Amino acid sequence: MGDPFGIIGRWLIDLVTGLGMEPGAALTLLRFLGAAILATVLLLACFFLIVAERKLLGRFQDRYGPNRVGPWGVFQTVADFVKLIGKEIVIPDGIDKPVYWLAPLLVVMSVVGIWAVVPFAPGFRGTDLNVGVLYIVSIGAIGTLGIIMAGWSSNNKFALLGAFRAVAQLVSYEIPMVLTLLIPTMLAGSMGVTAIVEAQKDLWFIAAAPLAAAVFLISSVAENGRAPFDLMEGESEIVAGFNIEYGGLAFGMFYVGEFLHAFTVGVLFSTLFLGGWRGPGAEAYPLLGLVYFFAKALAVWFLTIWVRGSFPRVRIDQLLALNWKFLTPLALVIVALTAVVDKMAAEQGWSQLLSLLAANAVLALVMFAVLGAYGRSVRRREEKLRGNAAALQAGSAR
Amino acid sequence: MHDPWVFVAFLLPIGLLLPAVAVLMGILLGPRKPNAIKGTTYECGIETVGDTWVQFRASYYIFALIFVVFDVEAVFLFPWAVAYNRMELYMVLEGVLFLLILAAGLLYAWRKGALEWV
Repeated sequence: MGDPFGIIGRWLIDLVTGLGMEPGAALTLLRFLGAAILATVLLLACFFLIVAERKLLGRFQDRYGPNRVGPWGVFQTVADFVKLIGKEIVIPDGIDKPVYWLAPLLVVMSVVGIWAVVPFAPGFRGTDLNVGVLYIVSIGAIGTLGIIMAGWSSNNKFALLGAFRAVAQLVSYEIPMVLTLLIPTMLAGSMGVTAIVEAQKDLWFIAAAPLAAAVFLISSVAENGRAPFDLMEGESEIVAGFNIEYGGLAFGMFYVGEFLHAFTVGVLFSTLFLGGWRGPGAEAYPLLGLVYFFAKALAVWFLTIWVRGSFPRVRIDQLLALNWKFLTPLALVIVALTAVVDKMAAEQGWSQLLSLLAANAVLALVMFAVLGAYGRSVRRREEKLRGNAAALQAGSAR
Repeated sequence: MHDPWVFVAFLLPIGLLLPAVAVLMGILLGPRKPNAIKGTTYECGIETVGDTWVQFRASYYIFALIFVVFDVEAVFLFPWAVAYNRMELYMVLEGVLFLLILAAGLLYAWRKGALEWV
């Protein structure tokens, strides 16, 4: 019970070396098996994730959601999968074939790749890169590449416009995400994800940097292209989006990527800010750590779906203004403030948690004051415009 | 042999291969009855007009440029964040100075109207 993952790993290595394999080759084989199992489990988990998300969205909107295929509709995605396999493949004229077929695969690969550095439990993880955080950002960006490849190769002007829109959004929201990723890096003193989880032994980073956590969550949801930031797709504006010319499972792969990314957002948030597998007794019983890890990830995932089911979508000018005029300056201020306050607290001997919390509280107050002033100025301008319109109307009536 | 990147080198090709198998399965199992109308560009049943490579707004390009500046600068901040625990206060302040230069760049783009979507 002490270290089940280590025991299984050692047992497998013993088994393979017992069959006459070199220890080095056995370790490589083990890595290969781990990678294959991880990728397969992730893609199979989509069957569950998609139906769970649709059920939840249904409940948020006061309807049942899928409930016909199997008990509580759990086999709905399987039925969808079978249907998508049997769809006729329509390959439009004039597409750029290699790029067209590679795009959905890259979208899935980028999401699966992120999981390589996620620590599931003590001693149970894919791998521990010393540049883990940068790896997450760079692999995540390949998804953006897949989307512009899909739009570009489809030979459809609406797919192209959709791809431009998607890339403008994804690229913009990467800035606050990368900037807030500096906070866990700074507090842990390492870019390795395992080290970041280790550093949250006494203090989850969400307690020390609540604003950074909020900015990270918002920009991650936007990176995922979910409502309220679902501007990549607009049925009434750009026919569908970057994926118009796709059908069958190639189309399905974009959705596999999106739904899996939604859960990955929960996983990353809980790893970087909620302590990952940390919890009472997780050190002694790694299996308990696994339970904590998935409980936290599912809680954050539930929150993002709640947001998706509750908020109306924004316009593209609002979307970009929110990012460049609010989140990015805020993230810059958060990084500077956290760095200075944390260092001053260490030198003056203040409590790290209390001083960081106080700094965050002051920043939040200033933020709300500025937002309030901005809102009032917008309302005043609108009232003035409305007054002018009313005066004009009165004048024309006379 | 204990290179942490070995796992990544396995995971990424597998992550590419599994969806490829699924898509290939769809191609093999699905029917194919192409004709001239099906192959045309899909625009909700309306015939497409003109070239695919339409003009698009320059704003996209400007946002991409600002992104490149910020992303590169943010990457430069990561080594600073890693070394944070070993730094004196004045070194942290130098990092903050760098952030201020970034912020000044954002303010410049803002004042120039590069962040407006008109």
